[in-house]
Amino acid sequence: MVPLSWYLIFAALLFSIGLFGVLSRRNAVAILLGIELMLNSVNINLAAFWRYGDVTQMAGQVFAIIVFAVAAAEVSVGLALVISVYRRRNTVVADDINMMKW
Amino acid sequence: MTGAQIIFIVVALFTLGSGLMVVTTRNLVHAALWLVSTLFGVAVTFALLNASFLAVVQVVVYIGAIAILFIFAVMLTRKDMRDQGPQHNSGWWVGALIAVLVFAGLLFLLQGWSGLYKTQAAIPAGFDAISELGNALVSPDAFVLPFEVASVLLVAALVGAVYVAFNRK
Repeated sequence: MVPLSWYLIFAALLFSIGLFGVLSRRNAVAILLGIELMLNSVNINLAAFWRYGDVTQMAGQVFAIIVFAVAAAEVSVGLALVISVYRRRNTVVADDINMMKW
Repeated sequence: MTGAQIIFIVVALFTLGSGLMVVTTRNLVHAALWLVSTLFGVAVTFALLNASFLAVVQVVVYIGAIAILFIFAVMLTRKDMRDQGPQHNSGWWVGALIAVLVFAGLLFLLQGWSGLYKTQAAIPAGFDAISELGNALVSPDAFVLPFEVASVLLVAALVGAVYVAFNRK
């Protein structure tokens, strides 16, 4: 059987890959892609803890579903912001979006 | 090595490889398509964990809605940085270092935990995870309040997205 540690290490690796994407990409849409990878790794952890803990307690799956809803909200607002900035400033490079820099 | 372990390793390598392509590919349309394959690998992982509802929702919501939204956004903003010029900022190695350090820190935290090598217990006979999940989501004793708050959050986010992206001209 697959021990719990394999799922946790797999999720930690996926989280680190997503974190690298968020920190290193210049394009704002690509930064949002990295955030999606990080949210997915959290969902793997939640599902694994549900399966390896008490199966009759549904909290793990319910949390994963709420993470789905939060991810959908985050993507819709994030991409709307990117498109709005692109329309006004004609750029999607995160370094150039500095209108709120003080 | 048992069959379940081999299947898990194949799925994990496929998912991690596609994830690496998402953060390193130059062409952003390709990155969005690699994201689709990563999300599909995560859906297979949910299926391996007997979380059938999560696997279906992963395919419908993530691949069907979120990834397509990403492809739309990439195509709408494509004029700006096509495939020339650097796709990573000059401090990308700091990001790589931080990601490696976070992974090392997570491994350090994991190896000190006693429940790490737990194996899957058998699911009790007659246990229906999907109906239990449905009951838990609408039962006042369980998660009806977080469920309703999540729906309010979704409505607020959709109204906000329409307001932010609305073209006033």
